[in-house]
Amino acid sequence: MSKFIMHRLLFMVVTLVVISILSFIIIQLPPGDYLTSYITQLRSMGTDVSDEQIEYLREQYGLDDPIYVQYFKWIGNFITGDMGFSFSWNRPVNELVWERLGLTLVISISSLLFTWIVAFPIGIYTALRQNSLSDYFFTFLSFIGVATPNFLLALVLMYVSFKYFGINVGGLFSPEYADAAWGIGKITDLLQHLWIPVVVVGTAGTAGLVRIMRANLLDELGKPYVTTAKSKGIPNYKVILKYPVRIALNPFISTLGWQLPKLISGSTITAVVLSLPTTGPLLLDALKSQDMYLAGSFIMLLSVLTVIGTFISDILLALVDPRIRYV
Amino acid sequence: MAKENNQNENYEDDIYAASQKELIWMRFKKHKLAMAAGIVLIIMYALAIFAPFFSAQDPHQRRVSYKEAPPHQLHFEDTEGNFSLRPMIYPYNKEVDMETFEDIYTEDESKPTPIKFFVEGFEYEVLGLFETDIHLFGTGDENRPVFIFGADSLGRDLFARIIYGARISLSIGLIGVAVSLFLGILIGGIGGYFGGKIDLFIQRMIELVRSIPQLPLWMGLSAALPSSWSAIQVYLAITIILSLMSWTSLARVVRGRFLSLREEEFVIAARLMGRSPLEIIFIHMLPSFLSHIIASLTLAIPGMILGETALSFLGIGLQAPVISWGVLLQKAQNLYTIANAPWLMLPGLFVIITVLAFNFLGDGIRDAADPYSK
Repeated sequence: MSKFIMHRLLFMVVTLVVISILSFIIIQLPPGDYLTSYITQLRSMGTDVSDEQIEYLREQYGLDDPIYVQYFKWIGNFITGDMGFSFSWNRPVNELVWERLGLTLVISISSLLFTWIVAFPIGIYTALRQNSLSDYFFTFLSFIGVATPNFLLALVLMYVSFKYFGINVGGLFSPEYADAAWGIGKITDLLQHLWIPVVVVGTAGTAGLVRIMRANLLDELGKPYVTTAKSKGIPNYKVILKYPVRIALNPFISTLGWQLPKLISGSTITAVVLSLPTTGPLLLDALKSQDMYLAGSFIMLLSVLTVIGTFISDILLALVDPRIRYV
Repeated sequence: MAKENNQNENYEDDIYAASQKELIWMRFKKHKLAMAAGIVLIIMYALAIFAPFFSAQDPHQRRVSYKEAPPHQLHFEDTEGNFSLRPMIYPYNKEVDMETFEDIYTEDESKPTPIKFFVEGFEYEVLGLFETDIHLFGTGDENRPVFIFGADSLGRDLFARIIYGARISLSIGLIGVAVSLFLGILIGGIGGYFGGKIDLFIQRMIELVRSIPQLPLWMGLSAALPSSWSAIQVYLAITIILSLMSWTSLARVVRGRFLSLREEEFVIAARLMGRSPLEIIFIHMLPSFLSHIIASLTLAIPGMILGETALSFLGIGLQAPVISWGVLLQKAQNLYTIANAPWLMLPGLFVIITVLAFNFLGDGIRDAADPYSK
């Protein structure tokens, strides 16, 4: 087991190095840099920028250094926790990210819980009642869930709740609570708004997991060990919950790795539609306005989380399913 | 009873004599949902290919007096209650609500306008071959357009825009899949065929690509596209960006198949006869699991369609005046619009139907792909 972990750890480090180079390339891809557009913007507003000032700014941000020096500066700071400076917000990236991280985590963790709580029983139920009417119903529903783009679901929910209940469901708070201090009132207000993003973000994942859970469980249910357990007189529910379900649980664990970065980015499109104060729209704006430190650090942060998430789920999988360790 | 037995015997005879292709087709036909999905997709692609024929109005033509006009209702009875099989519409009268300044459209029942079929309208080219101006339906009257799906905020025909948009949205998936198919077969094939260190390296590379979060990568790359690029260049670039991620899963499928096929007698025989690795991969091994590849391809297309829609929706994919489903949905981004003109969400319905159809079709092909199982 320790050899397995070492192996994975080593691979993780290599992956991160490669990804950091890739993220850096992505930020460097657009022609020009933020400073050029910043200066044009200043000039168009009538502010005079002298050549010396430009020179000073370029030097300060190290924009004239060779590309690899820029890379090492950036990644060196990143490792020490300094994610650079956002030009468009005029604030350190750290502050911007932390500010929005709290609410992002609330939404993501709630939708993860929603996904599991809904997908788990439905997956088991449809597998046990294969080809029944309810199985067809849920299968059809989950197909639609997979096929509907998140933002469309958000739009439809917004439309329905506006048209039939007369409430505007955008954002996470009603206007009167948006800037208020935290209290019972603000928390209840948050909970009233929270369900829509949770349902929207969670639906596609739920639908996918139901399908995987059903398929895996169906594979296991026909195996001889289930028959053996039943013939020994173990109650039906115990047989199913103790053995096949445990094996069918693997996809839940392996998706855990993908959930970690999703906690920050997955809800981007939904967040844009519902105008949620989360990290997704921040990333989108940064990419659009070539705010390179903000965008690059963001992509890097997400990649780190994905890699760590995959690492954790690999280890968990190896713990739950001993066969994996030897592959 | 006797007749049924007879039929069964015939069926069994057929099975013993059938080739692999026939077996696959027989099994696929039993999958009712997949058959239906296939038909839906054929209709969708036909709509896209012959979009000008099916649209009553030019999708780019703006009509100021029809801004956000609701879908026309088709009437089969006139005001006196006379039934006719030919549907008709009543043209709109536009008024402005002086309190809210919203446009209110009311049907003008004094001017019944029958819908004509195979009617003359704007000119277009069919597949670049010849010019014509015949359309499936329309009013034949330039001043009384028919909007069966309503009009957008610039008074353009939404139905025409949806089926023109299908040209981009439906083809982006096919081209993207073709690109990732090429990469997947090449890279996965090399790994699976040679095995050993090369395989290990390729495996790690695939894991690496997969560990980059998909949406931010897409967003990063498409935000990096120069704004000076033409619509075609952006279209191709987006396709390539979308296929950058999906080749990995195809490569995995191909690799797994190759590993198991490598030791088969016919492959060893081909190798001993001095065929080159590329020839063995493409001529001997590929045909034996082509159906599996087609199944994974079909299942990969919806992801790309959804990807294009999402990117264009966010404003970093395709841009107007290009028409795609994502670009159309961008118009339906805020509550104000969808509350006033909910029909602007209709392109989304087409996205859902297409994605569902591809999923069902892919499921059907996957089940039929291995006719010798069970």
